[in-house]
Amino acid sequence: MDQPAFVHDALLLSLVLFALGTLGVFLRKNVITVLMSIELMLNGANLAFVAFSRAAGTLDGQVLVFFVMVVAAAEAAVGLGIVISLQRHKDTLDVDAFNVMKG
Amino acid sequence: MFEDPILNVRPFAVLLLPLGGFVVLALFGDWIRKDKEEQGAAWLACATVIAAFLLAAFTSARLYDLVAGPEGLRFSQPYLGFEWIAVGSFRVPISLLIDPLSSVMMLVVTGIGALIHVYSIGYMAHDEDKVCFFSYLNLFTFFMLLLVMGGSLPLLFIGWEGVGLCSYLLIGFWYRKDSASAAGLKAFVVNRIGDVGLILGMIFIFHAFGSLDLVDIADNAGSLAPEALWHWGPVTIACLLLFVGAAGKSAQIPLHVWLPDAMEGPTPVSALIHAATMVTAGVYLVARVGPLYHQSETAMLVVAVTGASTALMAGTIAMVQTDIKRVLAYSTVSQLGFMFLAAGMGAFGVAVFHLYTHAFFKALLFLGSGSVIHAMSGEQDMRSMGGLRKKIPWTFWTFLIGTLAIAGIPPLAGFFSKDEILLAALHNPVLLGIALTTALLTAAYMARLLFLTFFGEFRGGHEAEHHLHESPWSMLAPLVVLAVGSVVSGYALFPGAHGASVRLPGVLQPVFRLPEPHVAHVAWLPVAATLSGVVGILMAWYLYLAMPELRASLARPLRPALRLFGAKYFFDHVYDGFVRHAVVAGSERLLWKRVDMAVIDGAVNRTASLTRALAEMLRPVQTGFVRHYVLLVLAGAVAVVSYLLASAERLAP
Repeated sequence: MDQPAFVHDALLLSLVLFALGTLGVFLRKNVITVLMSIELMLNGANLAFVAFSRAAGTLDGQVLVFFVMVVAAAEAAVGLGIVISLQRHKDTLDVDAFNVMKG
Repeated sequence: MFEDPILNVRPFAVLLLPLGGFVVLALFGDWIRKDKEEQGAAWLACATVIAAFLLAAFTSARLYDLVAGPEGLRFSQPYLGFEWIAVGSFRVPISLLIDPLSSVMMLVVTGIGALIHVYSIGYMAHDEDKVCFFSYLNLFTFFMLLLVMGGSLPLLFIGWEGVGLCSYLLIGFWYRKDSASAAGLKAFVVNRIGDVGLILGMIFIFHAFGSLDLVDIADNAGSLAPEALWHWGPVTIACLLLFVGAAGKSAQIPLHVWLPDAMEGPTPVSALIHAATMVTAGVYLVARVGPLYHQSETAMLVVAVTGASTALMAGTIAMVQTDIKRVLAYSTVSQLGFMFLAAGMGAFGVAVFHLYTHAFFKALLFLGSGSVIHAMSGEQDMRSMGGLRKKIPWTFWTFLIGTLAIAGIPPLAGFFSKDEILLAALHNPVLLGIALTTALLTAAYMARLLFLTFFGEFRGGHEAEHHLHESPWSMLAPLVVLAVGSVVSGYALFPGAHGASVRLPGVLQPVFRLPEPHVAHVAWLPVAATLSGVVGILMAWYLYLAMPELRASLARPLRPALRLFGAKYFFDHVYDGFVRHAVVAGSERLLWKRVDMAVIDGAVNRTASLTRALAEMLRPVQTGFVRHYVLLVLAGAVAVVSYLLASAERLAP
């Protein structure tokens, strides 16, 4: 397989994934959906890592991906905990409802 | 260098005995207090100091043996085996310096100290807190010994500060009396001013000469270039800074104001600290670094002039005081001035000689006045006394000897030392004139004190007259011993070099590394000195006993002078005015209102309001909407990445 072409395709897909995630974060109102969108962004980044790793012929990128996965798992655990707490607190999961930090 | 095992150990024992007494009294004071009379504390304190005196006497005997012997020992430096400070070339070993000068001081401190300890047993018998009093006395003795035995300036300085502390504690011993605690505070503050000079002097000496060891300083001073009058070289600056310290401790103009007030303390304290020992520390310091002073004409002149003017001024003030202890206090200031006059004329040995004779008769006079006050049940005003000669004969006779000794009547001790001082001042007619006048004043005010107290009719009323009583033996015994000392100490001979017996100044001469002074024999000088003493006594006799009415007629023309003396030359007024107007008002109007409130507070407040205004501007950024934050984070990330990409492109070849 042609190496640069493969990287090009993979990067394009990763960009699409990342952009979709970003849009999700911006446009969705539900906190859980926003969290899922963040996961999508992380995975877009992971894909780019793997693609570059493959292109460079080293394992560095793949190791980094494992790290990202572990951190994402931890983040999901904490994030979902916060979500439960938010639900209990205000009886809603609308992101815009949580604006007490307004300056 | 010959080292003697005895001289290496015993001085530490002398030094540590009084400290041990203090530690025991301080730690086990409560246990001793269970004994109602608290006499245990008094006896313990006396025992330590008497033991220290005996050890000091043996040490001195050994020292003089070796000095006179074939070894030709000049000094001994006992070393405790470790260093107190070791930073680079700055080293302060815990070591003492034992030579004829420190041995004389050691004997004076422990000898007079022991007598005053014994005297205190009787004098403080009715006091509530004897444990505290005697522990302070012991602590004082330790620090004073450290001051005179310390082998380097830093060790001397510890003793110097320590005696200052004990002086403060003992002046304010009757702390429930406002005037006593105020006097303690005054002594402390004025002494601090002097101590700053001493510290700066030490720093300067280390900077200029590289050593603070007293032997080093004395040995090397001779090789320094002599500095002529008004030449402000390093030696002059060092000596003048040290003299600020000496003037503070020894109550010389303009730092003399604390000593008369210090009479608020118990009388044994006045005798021990403010007459015989601590206030002479300044004279000791100047004599100790005498070789250095000798190289600077300016410093010598300053010392001599300060001493002479202090002697004269304090003598005139003493003429008009009515408090028996204050007369003695001004007399002490005056006699200290005499010592500095001698030191300033280059006769350091004579200065220490007068210090040594003065310690006897001034301690005697103070203890005698304490005995009078004891008999008068606390009254100190001489106008309420009179005719006490018959009531308290022991006190009277010893007091008479002390008065004659300080007046310089031969053959008592004061005559010899005063004569030597006059001899030293011989080539300076102005200073000689001042010295002779002061000698006359000394005799006059002491005779006045004697006549007002012991002669004439009792003026204190029947109640007080009924209570008059002679003091207990514990107070009289020290008086008798000191009276004997006041008679014979002028003759005392010490074994000098080559087996000859010499008087004190001759023994001390090697310490100052100066050539043997040319001893001029001026026949008229002893006669003049004696005459001035006799004339002074006769003046007082005429004015206070023979023709009291003459006093009233003299008072009118002399009123301005009497007013000046009575107001103590307005020193206290000037200092008070300076503190009140310059310091307090200046602090309030300039430092507080302008500098602190306007500049410092202003800067702080301006910083706070600026921060607040900036925060006010940035506040709307915080909208509370999560997606706005995300947008900002994203924008930031994009900005950073684009910057990195841009710079990467620029750096690319």
